[in-house]
Amino acid sequence: MNRPTSLFSLPARVLHWLMAAMIVAMLFIGVGMVASVSARHAWLVQIHKPLGIAILVLAVVRLAVRLRRPPPPLPADLPAWQKLAAHASHWLLYALMIAMPLIGWAMLSAGGYPVMLGASLRLPSIVAASPVVFALLRHLHTWLAMLLFFTFVAHLAAALHHGLIRRDGVLSGMVGGRASR
Amino acid sequence: MNPSPSPLRGARLVGASLLIAGVVASVVGAFAYVGGWLAPDRLTPARIVDQFQRNAGVFPGYRRNHAKGVCVTGYFQSSGEAARYSVAQVFAPGARTPVVGRFAIPGSNPYAPDSSVPIRSMALRFALANGQQWRTGMNAMPVFPVSSPQGFYEQLEAQQPDAATGKPDPDKIAAFFAAHPETAAFRVWAKTAKPSASFATERYNSLDAFLFVDAGGRAHAVRWSMVPQTLDAGASTPARDPDDLAADLQQRLARGPLRWRLLVTLAGPGDPTRDATRAWPAGRATVDAGTLTVQAAEPQASGPCRDVNYDPLVLPDGIEASDDPLPAARSAAYASSYLRRTSEEAHLPGAAREPETER
Repeated sequence: MNRPTSLFSLPARVLHWLMAAMIVAMLFIGVGMVASVSARHAWLVQIHKPLGIAILVLAVVRLAVRLRRPPPPLPADLPAWQKLAAHASHWLLYALMIAMPLIGWAMLSAGGYPVMLGASLRLPSIVAASPVVFALLRHLHTWLAMLLFFTFVAHLAAALHHGLIRRDGVLSGMVGGRASR
Repeated sequence: MNPSPSPLRGARLVGASLLIAGVVASVVGAFAYVGGWLAPDRLTPARIVDQFQRNAGVFPGYRRNHAKGVCVTGYFQSSGEAARYSVAQVFAPGARTPVVGRFAIPGSNPYAPDSSVPIRSMALRFALANGQQWRTGMNAMPVFPVSSPQGFYEQLEAQQPDAATGKPDPDKIAAFFAAHPETAAFRVWAKTAKPSASFATERYNSLDAFLFVDAGGRAHAVRWSMVPQTLDAGASTPARDPDDLAADLQQRLARGPLRWRLLVTLAGPGDPTRDATRAWPAGRATVDAGTLTVQAAEPQASGPCRDVNYDPLVLPDGIEASDDPLPAARSAAYASSYLRRTSEEAHLPGAAREPETER
């Protein structure tokens, strides 16, 4: 059965899975590096910054892809609250994947740190140095990371619910498996 | 319409639900483990900083260690000689790099008398013309007492004042030294070390090893020292007044700038880079990288060093971390200290406040 409308576009699927790996890695790197005093701390921080900027760039591309090629509609029989939760969580994920790197960048700027993405690649500061702004953004970075993590967990659980229990083609629309046959 | 089988029922629904719950629990559990919440024994930056607070109390807005200090400003004039070993712009021939620095004494109490410890420290932030920075924190002692973050934490624990006496328990300190023979070299030095009455006459050492990377991409293991060009009795006159050091610095700067030579020591084959308790043999090749000129001092509460975290891993292109485990731990702990004191500065909920009855 060929149902092209139930499938996410190829760019959307590639970006989804690539960014899924990057964002989940980023969450674990972030939470791990601030809880470590070993050499891990240093190299995780070195990965965290360029990976964050890469996510920011890809998130903007992905937003453009989504606006040009809307995703397949949710199943008509999905309860209204689940539809609402799906749409709200998707837009929350988009908002966070753009906001988190920007907050990290602004936070380092406010802390007076050079924003280094590698040994010599440096981004300009986007916020004037200020300890108060630094502290606010640094805490915001942590709390929004927790929100992003739990939104990801809910997203994962919902995807498995669609794929294993409802078996309604929503998951395969992103996996690109059965629905593309 | 639906391309898949109908929704699950009965035992298969239970099985699928359990599978999903298991996946969610595994992901949340892995996250909690990596974040340290399920591993309370792991040494974290927060535990190190907490121990500093247990030892000396909380002084809102101040650094959790080296709390008492003074800001200085000046510049570094490169001799060009270190450019053979590092591409860092700060070492380029003729380069003149502005510096915001800080002299301090170890300890968490910003009101401690200068005579309370024999160690003085110099922290520097070089602002390179290309926008990169080099931050370094050096101490006026020949070796570090311990070689690992764990050893450092155990030393802090041993120094925690006893609840009954208000003083560290000598037995615990003796037990710590017995368990950490690597502290021997430091203890030999500390036995005869006198608290200097001047920051100006001290030699400040990186103690930790770093890598200089040259234009060919080759790495050179180095340690560095700021060698004083002020040679008088300052170093041998013990501090008397609680705030001798800041007063001495102001008096000297009123007469003219103070200078240090940046001496970079190149490791010989087999010299330990991962053990700051061991000095490298005398006679190692050194490079005179240039001269630090300190022109002015300001109180730390209003000076330009106040909001600088002297994180030793803020390094420019051409300087890298070595396998020395201490700089990563310092970087992590300094970040925790910096967040606490900036949160206090911002009066965020949950941040420590200055008690209203005091001062």
